Amino acid sequence: MKRYHSLQEIREDIDAGKTSCVELTRYYLSNIKKKSSLNAFLEVYEQEALAKAEEIDKKIAAGKAGRLAGMVVGLKDVLCHKDHRLQASSKILDGFKSKFNATAVQRLIDEDAIIIGRQNCDEFAMGSSNENSAFGPVLNDVDNSRVPGGSSGGSAAAVQADLCLASLGSDTGGSVRQPAAFCGIIGLKPTYSRISRYGLIAYASSFDCIGIITRSIEDAALLLEVVAGRDDYDSTVSSREVPEYTKMLKTSKKYKIGYLRESVESKGVSDEIKKHTLKALELLKKQGHIVEPVQFKLLDYILPTYYILTTAEASSNLSRYDGVRYGYRAEGATDMVSLYKKTRSQGFGKEVKKRIMLGTFVLSAGYYDAYYTKAQKVRRLIKEETDRILSQYDFFITPTTTTVAFKIGEHEGDPLSMYLADLFTVQANLCGLPAISIPNGCDSNGLPIGIQLMTKSFAEQELLAFSKYMLELQTN
Amino acid sequence: MDKTIADKYQPVIGLEIHAQLSTLSKIFAPDSGEFGNMPNTNVSAITLAHPGTLPKLNKKVVEYAVKMGLACGCTINRYNFFDRKNYFYPDLPKGYQTTQDKAPICKGGGIRIHVNGQQKIIRLNRIHMEEDAGKNLHLSGETDTLVDFNRAGVPLIEIVTEPDIRSSEEAFEVLTEIRKLVRYLDICDGNMEEGSLRCDANISVMLKGADKFGKKVEVKNMNSIRNVQRAIDFEINRQIAELEKGNEIFSETRHFDTVNFTTHGMRTKEELNDYRYFPEPDLQPVVISEEWLDQIKKSMPPLPWQLYEKFAQQYQLPSYDIHVLTETKEMALYFDELCSKTTHYKAASNWLMGPVKSYLNERTMTITQLNLATDTLAQLIELVESGKVSFAMASQKIFPELIISKNKTPLQIAEQLNLIQESNTDAIKPIVDEVLAKYPEKVKEYRAGKKGILAMFMGEVMKQTKGKADPKVATKLLQEVLDA
Repeated sequence: MKRYHSLQEIREDIDAGKTSCVELTRYYLSNIKKKSSLNAFLEVYEQEALAKAEEIDKKIAAGKAGRLAGMVVGLKDVLCHKDHRLQASSKILDGFKSKFNATAVQRLIDEDAIIIGRQNCDEFAMGSSNENSAFGPVLNDVDNSRVPGGSSGGSAAAVQADLCLASLGSDTGGSVRQPAAFCGIIGLKPTYSRISRYGLIAYASSFDCIGIITRSIEDAALLLEVVAGRDDYDSTVSSREVPEYTKMLKTSKKYKIGYLRESVESKGVSDEIKKHTLKALELLKKQGHIVEPVQFKLLDYILPTYYILTTAEASSNLSRYDGVRYGYRAEGATDMVSLYKKTRSQGFGKEVKKRIMLGTFVLSAGYYDAYYTKAQKVRRLIKEETDRILSQYDFFITPTTTTVAFKIGEHEGDPLSMYLADLFTVQANLCGLPAISIPNGCDSNGLPIGIQLMTKSFAEQELLAFSKYMLELQTN
Repeated sequence: MDKTIADKYQPVIGLEIHAQLSTLSKIFAPDSGEFGNMPNTNVSAITLAHPGTLPKLNKKVVEYAVKMGLACGCTINRYNFFDRKNYFYPDLPKGYQTTQDKAPICKGGGIRIHVNGQQKIIRLNRIHMEEDAGKNLHLSGETDTLVDFNRAGVPLIEIVTEPDIRSSEEAFEVLTEIRKLVRYLDICDGNMEEGSLRCDANISVMLKGADKFGKKVEVKNMNSIRNVQRAIDFEINRQIAELEKGNEIFSETRHFDTVNFTTHGMRTKEELNDYRYFPEPDLQPVVISEEWLDQIKKSMPPLPWQLYEKFAQQYQLPSYDIHVLTETKEMALYFDELCSKTTHYKAASNWLMGPVKSYLNERTMTITQLNLATDTLAQLIELVESGKVSFAMASQKIFPELIISKNKTPLQIAEQLNLIQESNTDAIKPIVDEVLAKYPEKVKEYRAGKKGILAMFMGEVMKQTKGKADPKVATKLLQEVLDA
């Protein structure tokens, strides 16, 4: 079967009688089986997806199909899907089934998307390699000895390997953009509050964002259009109107673009990535855009600020997993405290425990001001500085990552080097800004490289249109 | 305790009062917060803190908290946010309580109380909004702890006083006043037995004249206002006794024993959790606009202390009467309305405190259930005050009849039952003469100084007139003849 890149191609073929939802679903199901060694899916809804596909084929025939009819999607295991298991790739949620649909998931279903399965990820979305899953690592389809990135590793690998057309993931510090870069596909993190967080398992509430992983800008625009917007269940979601992104994907404007000087100069960024980034910038310059280097003075503070604040929030968000009401409960507890200790020690993985401990520490009396309060202040400074740059430039460009997909186990025992993988992506989360990673060629080993564009709050339409323009430049 | 020893010390008390708000749904979830349902029936995914759930603030909670703040003269904080108080306990589903730490909705203000006829204001530190926890249950014969989450997420306001209270009596008055306020405002049923009003007391003692408070002890688990007073009394005595023995007081939390009326230590403050408060990122700050505040102000009922002042100044009532009449908003408002229909204010007060109240008490009814218009009661009061009907007849015969027969006026009933008093001197005088003539011996005794016999003569006059003689007129006539 043809490898589709967008829903539009699929719909054209369905309308021409060349394929059907059932046929497509079978195709993806067989791919999932063939590529089961990637470990991208934790659970596949085979019968359910086929039944749904049949139903939607009928709807298409009757002219009553929703806007996502023909789209087969996967859900990262942090999104609530009613009556389906949900466990954030953690042992602590063993056996748990969600009683409701996340708002974003409900909106997918309402528009006739076919949900094909639940995707592996780093436990509680904490990680950059998908190695922190209780269900084992996910492999990169380009090179099976390498990671797909994380934390939405399963979601990215699934789209990369054509196991589904698109995935919904989550992005707290780069978790859809970084794996999208490692897998050579598109990862969009919209403005904080653009998509309701209701039904997204919380990692760090003031950073968490549902993200979209696709092979085309058109699909990213369409999915954002469907899932974004106000929601009575999330009081932090924006009530701004959702623009019709899909109708505004053309742009002929000349833009002013800033790029992070350090990202093309620093020793910490691989030479090939620097080269590809500069090439892309050169291409833009040739097209008549203004392209200028920008210095970001607070670069060194981005990661520490991010890790202090996200772990603080996580330490509180993950307190509910205590074995009392649902999920895993350790055997042999003798009293209340031992119930907590045993359950949480056995239920959580190493990285999650590390972050809970760190977060608890930065919030404790005596350290609170030095860490949490200070980090809040620095977050504000970073936001102000970033806003200042974006008041001068339409887009702020960096490579998405400092290296291409690394080997499984490469960063073991050196968490700081792993955390550096997020260096360029966390800024958008600290500032609540929209950012996207799009493919920017491959290195000499054929490993994908991503380039990241960041822009002003709620300027997703410009971001998507310009991303599409850049992708077209590459192919022309 | 020896009074001279107790007198050396000054107790210092502060209260923390939790009032469960009587909103239809919980503070952050749509489920009902009603008391007394089967365990774990009002438990949505939000209440149980299922992964992926988010809180959504019930605006009524803000409104109720503002009402209490306005009633206490607090400064209303216009920019409100919530904080997370982190600790582990099985009845706390999220592992943190969503509360207000840094920016409570109300600051300052005070509670007016009356002690020994003097008004005293107990200053408030703050009032803040928060959510209640569930309840751990230990059933007999059950080794496991069971948890009921119905109460988890029920809205609370916590009212914190300054340490301005100096005796258990004052604490009693403060709590009574707060209960009265929440009931007037209709924001909490004020029921301490069911736990919808809860009180913790911080108690310390110091030598009179000392400039530093003693070490404070927190006492919990008092399930009635009387028990709060008992716990404070016990604790004051215990602390004084310790100090007299040369011992130190430990800052600790003590539990009140509702059977023996004593307190015992639970855990020391030092062992308490570090709650790691931080701003709740799942909720948007709540801004109270000028417009919203005005709306709330307009919906405020008259307050007990406002009615207290009105009843004292406008109606010139003694404080005892006012106390009784303002106990509930319904009674106070009924009285106030009644006073717009009659100018016999004291008589009106007597009627409500006397016959009306006992009628209601016998039937465990409230004044709002009483089917008697203030107009009608005012007419009845007028009948008595003008001397047409005796108070005894009015309260015993006409009042119950009025409630049953709706369309009759008090005068019609009085006439029907033949209860109109004879207050015409000319009609009563012959009867008085007749009675005195019948008992010459008694007249002699009276004149010799046995003035009590007057009552016997009155009884005879009443007997002759079948109770219809106006007692005032009859007494006057009897005395005229006897004292002549």
